[in-house]
Amino acid sequence: MLKASHKTGLVFFPAFDWAIDPTHPEREERLLYTQDQVTEEGVFDIQGIVEYKPELISNEDIRRTHFCVPDEQSVTTESHLISGGGAKAIADAVMQKEVKNGFALVRPPGHHSMRVSHGGRGFCHINIEAVMVEYIRSRYGVKRIAIVDTDCHHGDGTDDIFWHDPDVLFISLHQDGRTMYPGTGFTGELGGPNAKGSNLNIPLPPGTSTEGYLYVIRNCVLPVLDAFKPDIVVNSAGQDNHYTDPLTNMNFSAQGYAQLTTLLKPDIAVLEGGYAIEGALPYVNLGIILAMAGLDYTGVVEPDYDPDRLKQSVSITDKIKKTVDQVNAYWSQREQMREKAGTPGDILVRHREIFYDTDNIFERQKEKIRVCRDCGGSFQLDSKATPGRHVLGVHIPINACDACKEKGYEFYDRADTDKYHRVYLQDRPKDSYEIKE
Amino acid sequence: MILGLDVGGTHTDAVLLSTNGIEAAVKVPTEPENLFNSVLSGFSKLLEGRDPKQVERVVISTTLTTNAIIEQKMAPVAMVVSAGPGINPEFYRTGEHYYAVSGSINHRGREKAPVNEMQIQDIAKEIKKAGIEYVGVVSKFCVRNPSHEILIRRILNKHVKKVFLGHHVSGNLNFPRRIATTHLNAAVFSLHKNFFEAVEKSLEEKGITVPIQILKADGGTMSLAASMHFPAQTVLSGPAASIMGAIPYAPEGQDAIVLDIGGTTTDIAFLVDKTPLLEPVGIRRGQYKSLIRSLRTDSKGIGGDSALRIKDGKLTIGPDREGPAMAFGGPCPTPTDALVVLGLMNEGDTQKAKEGIHSIAKALGMADEAAADHIFRTCCSVILKKTFEMIDQINSQPVYTVHDFLEGYKLSPRKILMLGGPARFFADKIQDMYQIKTIAVPESSVANAIGAALARTTCEVTLNADTEQGIVTAHEEDFAEPISKSFSEDNLIETAYTLLTEKAENAGADTDDLDEVEVVEFQEFNIVRNFSPRGKIFRAKMQLKPGLIKGYESVLNTVS
Repeated sequence: MLKASHKTGLVFFPAFDWAIDPTHPEREERLLYTQDQVTEEGVFDIQGIVEYKPELISNEDIRRTHFCVPDEQSVTTESHLISGGGAKAIADAVMQKEVKNGFALVRPPGHHSMRVSHGGRGFCHINIEAVMVEYIRSRYGVKRIAIVDTDCHHGDGTDDIFWHDPDVLFISLHQDGRTMYPGTGFTGELGGPNAKGSNLNIPLPPGTSTEGYLYVIRNCVLPVLDAFKPDIVVNSAGQDNHYTDPLTNMNFSAQGYAQLTTLLKPDIAVLEGGYAIEGALPYVNLGIILAMAGLDYTGVVEPDYDPDRLKQSVSITDKIKKTVDQVNAYWSQREQMREKAGTPGDILVRHREIFYDTDNIFERQKEKIRVCRDCGGSFQLDSKATPGRHVLGVHIPINACDACKEKGYEFYDRADTDKYHRVYLQDRPKDSYEIKE
Repeated sequence: MILGLDVGGTHTDAVLLSTNGIEAAVKVPTEPENLFNSVLSGFSKLLEGRDPKQVERVVISTTLTTNAIIEQKMAPVAMVVSAGPGINPEFYRTGEHYYAVSGSINHRGREKAPVNEMQIQDIAKEIKKAGIEYVGVVSKFCVRNPSHEILIRRILNKHVKKVFLGHHVSGNLNFPRRIATTHLNAAVFSLHKNFFEAVEKSLEEKGITVPIQILKADGGTMSLAASMHFPAQTVLSGPAASIMGAIPYAPEGQDAIVLDIGGTTTDIAFLVDKTPLLEPVGIRRGQYKSLIRSLRTDSKGIGGDSALRIKDGKLTIGPDREGPAMAFGGPCPTPTDALVVLGLMNEGDTQKAKEGIHSIAKALGMADEAAADHIFRTCCSVILKKTFEMIDQINSQPVYTVHDFLEGYKLSPRKILMLGGPARFFADKIQDMYQIKTIAVPESSVANAIGAALARTTCEVTLNADTEQGIVTAHEEDFAEPISKSFSEDNLIETAYTLLTEKAENAGADTDDLDEVEVVEFQEFNIVRNFSPRGKIFRAKMQLKPGLIKGYESVLNTVS
């Protein structure tokens, strides 16, 4: 009799009736063959594997993370709310200790969605992991959370949302931004002035194979996690590093994903991208599920898997080692970098331009943040979308010190409603959200 | 007239129904060592002084296969399984002669690795040498492409008596359950065959020549001929018989709970608009999981004869039985004794019942009557608690589409139907405690036999159409046909309907009942490769719902 070594929760929500458009990679068919494989393997019958039904996330849940412009309804569809609710259901099951860990196999994905959301970017409208993380912090009072994003694309949305947050460690492994959407995620991108080093980006050269990925996990991700000591580890489990993925150029495998999961031991995994829907996803997802449940996955191998053909070259191995050394050096200097970033009380300004490829929107952002050693620092985001609206969002971090709380209210009170379509206040210590027009 | 017979654990019940109602009902003790005798004496008593030519329909439900499983009296079976990538098939080993062989089919039904014929030939010799006569063959994803199973059977056929193939047992995906189910079919085949051939022969001798129908776990019937391929489907038909017997009294357009209170257990089931709920995949009993279509039932270890004890100053009920109630000469107090003490039941030895309940009352520091009431209430609340848990579980079942999520049906029963000996006492108490309309089903002591007599034929077909590969298949029915790129949803439903009615007629369905068809599942997907549409995948599951044959229900209603 097959029995998991501990209880593992699964939410499976393939949204069989939702697509961005009929031929888009993010379409109904995406998890069809995964469902077939998982069902045929009898995964839901395995003792210890518990299937949960997704919930619907509420506006309140979204508002802890996003400034949706003009509002949540305009940016999301029901499927986003259910997909986010799938992650939330798993979070509840794990936090209430009904299961030891859990995997939300849901779509649509979320990791390209940033704090301000004017619409769809990289197939994402709201960031379901970030919404889940903020829910966990508010509902369960969890202090330190690590998110390891193993999707092949830089998790720029999650990176943005936790950019200023020293209590959320975000690590993204992805194909080098010079060769891949969204074109960001270089080693020097380390987080805001108050949180330098709590965002780590590990770009990998095209052609990286299982060996390379596991090298990064063993020599960078695990030591950093050891030092950070998170209460919870979340894995944004994108599956587009696979050697057959049509959108990327990597050589990762189902065995590799399963081993990565065994090494990383995430408390919660959430599915992200992955578009080799027939040749990869059924095997990769099965491998991850078995690894999460502590079951033998040695038989989970793609029918056309040939490790010799997928071996990475010596030059790729060298590049990866150099990148890892660089990232480890940044990590060890994080305190000094924060010291150097500015004097507490200073206001630092950052300008950014963001393109929404899915919905064809261009956004200009001007961010002002209070430099602080005691918390993540309150900030305001002036955001103008074309086509779209001009808004201002003020964020007071969940662990805000009194000075930053005060600064946050000052940002909000001073905002001129004539200038903006809407002004939002995300008051995380009070877990409230205000809007003025 | 129609005849229903249900062989239960302690009694065999049989009824004869006509359009005037119940013509005759008998109850004979079951001989566990000789079920054949039990069946025969049931028939003989029922038909005494009647013309057998008037019998138009015979439905039989037995514990034959259930007992064989419990008593491990199954024939030795060899299993040949081919898994391909995935979980190690060793986990599903069914016994000594279990062979995991090479060969692999993927989720689209494409061959990824061929069968090694030499390997199968070697296994065939080994099986023959071991003297094994029945073999099950199961390949992963055979419901998408059964060619490996068919090839393996061809090699094995001449060495054994009968080969059972995985793709015939169900159109559902689930490799481990398919292995277990195929194994069970093969293991009970000879027992089932010998038993029913004997029954058929002696009924013929009695002058009954109408084809025999056998009751299945899903509350439907199949012909004797059809049962020879799937004898495992008769397992747990007993609880199904009782539930079907409650249907005439279920409210129309509403949900209802069925509680069948037996000696040591209470079976719990649900009806939605007079149609019983089915298990989503197949029978589950503890660790045992199968693809056998079944009514969704669960049981709680409380019944009229459950042993009452005091443990750490608290009352415990069951789950075992030490014997009958003390009122009927048993060794230990039971809920039935509580009913006697409360004056609800006027049978048995009141003095003995009082003695039993007094011992419990003393330990609880209560007066005798108060203790009896406490026992009675506890029984009701334990059963209802389990029932509400089941409802929650059914309502939290995962769904896979946005539509189902938003429109998902929520079970909310408004009525409880009770069966079994003490049903009428429990009905009043439960209605009083929970404010849910609760009735005891009339003729409840033979409701199981009535349920068997009236159950209509059920069956299900599962179709998969793939316009990229240009084929529509229902491998369970040995059906595959080429299709064009323009094949549509309507075409699929039409094909499904044709296959279903054919299957139903072969299984002995009455043409009057063929309109009780429903599409259980339908899905449609675009197949897209390199950003261009390549075709569509359609999936459909259609069933002939469990329910009662036409023309008899109104008669029973007038009885009540």
